[in-house]
Amino acid sequence: MAEAQELTTTQYISHHLTNMTKQVGEGSFMTLHVDSLIMAVIMGLVGIGFIWWIARGATSGVPTKRQAFVELVFDFVDEQAKGMFHGDRHKFIAPAAFTVFVWVLLMNATSFLPVDLMAWVYEHVFHLHNWRSVPTADVNTTFALGLSVWLLMIYFSIAVKGFGGWIHELTCTPFGVKPLWASPILLVFNLLFNLIELVSKPLSHSLRLYGNIYAGEIIFLLLGMWAATGLVGTAASAVLTAGWAIFHILIVPLQAFIFMMLTVVYLSMAHESH
Amino acid sequence: MNINLTLFSQAVAFAIFIWFTVKFVWPPLLRAIEQRQQQIADGLAAAERARSDLANAEKKAVDELRQAREAAADMRSNADRQAAQLLEEARAEGARIVARAREAAEQEAAVAAQRAKETLREQVAQLAVSGAERILRREVNAQVHAQLLTDLKQELR
Repeated sequence: MAEAQELTTTQYISHHLTNMTKQVGEGSFMTLHVDSLIMAVIMGLVGIGFIWWIARGATSGVPTKRQAFVELVFDFVDEQAKGMFHGDRHKFIAPAAFTVFVWVLLMNATSFLPVDLMAWVYEHVFHLHNWRSVPTADVNTTFALGLSVWLLMIYFSIAVKGFGGWIHELTCTPFGVKPLWASPILLVFNLLFNLIELVSKPLSHSLRLYGNIYAGEIIFLLLGMWAATGLVGTAASAVLTAGWAIFHILIVPLQAFIFMMLTVVYLSMAHESH
Repeated sequence: MNINLTLFSQAVAFAIFIWFTVKFVWPPLLRAIEQRQQQIADGLAAAERARSDLANAEKKAVDELRQAREAAADMRSNADRQAAQLLEEARAEGARIVARAREAAEQEAAVAAQRAKETLREQVAQLAVSGAERILRREVNAQVHAQLLTDLKQELR
């Protein structure tokens, strides 16, 4: 950090948590987080591209270690999809879950990049001020994923059960509409229940990932800040950062796994009728 | 935490990645894995088949061996029997030859004895005649006494 001595704690943290924005239109909504977008796309290209490269040369004979590794991930995701979805999972759900898992895993994994070092690199090598490494610590990214899955869920609900079937599910479950005299009240309650569920799904889906990764990043920043207090603080910060990074090795794939699982669960539920 | 256009750009990126995976990444991996599973299943089935083939072949080999042993034993006992029979026949033949030889010898001996007896009888008769001639010292009419001598010869037989 070039101007570290001039920064207060708040400035330091907010500097690290400020996205690089680009105004593309009127109003605060019409801005782009260039760093989130580019880091996400790079991670996607790296992950999906690597697997695509292996998949193109995949042999049914004795696999190379690279291919075996990709097949391990493949099988891991495929097993989850198989356990929850009863249909032709290879058409969409399993590859979609695979994409989610690989992409989110790599996006989360960018949080292993040391914050201050990368800030220096971005600043002095790429001349980028306010560049955040972790796309999933940006609520826009997680909401983009969560809402995409949510829209797919609604799409599949309607595609499988028909629009009428979907509306019926929203209004006539879980309490039913019998007896007849109580049906208006039951209808309202059913709808209310289902709407709450419908709204909470993308919220919990997105915010869980965002919260975990964002909190992890803040801990890294707080530990990094300790290094400003002197030699002892630097040593303690190094040890604790290493410890937190090791713990983070657990969180990163766990959150990717949870996000992937919820994707499969939501899409599977959309295919099932009550 | 401000929601903005990034939401849409990330969603578009997400959609593209999903489309790409569904289209180009998942199918070749799935194909490779399923083919390998098929190959492994085939290989296991072939191994199973080979094992049962081997067991059959071993059983067959044991059978063949047993048959061969039995055939050999048969052959040996046949040969023994045949040898014994040949020996028996040879012995019988030998006995027959010996018996025939003995018989022939006995016959020959009998004939010889007979001849000797005849000769002896002639000589005895002549001796008797000449003896009688000497005793009587007189002419004996041989023709008169020929009958007598012949009778005497008959008696000596």
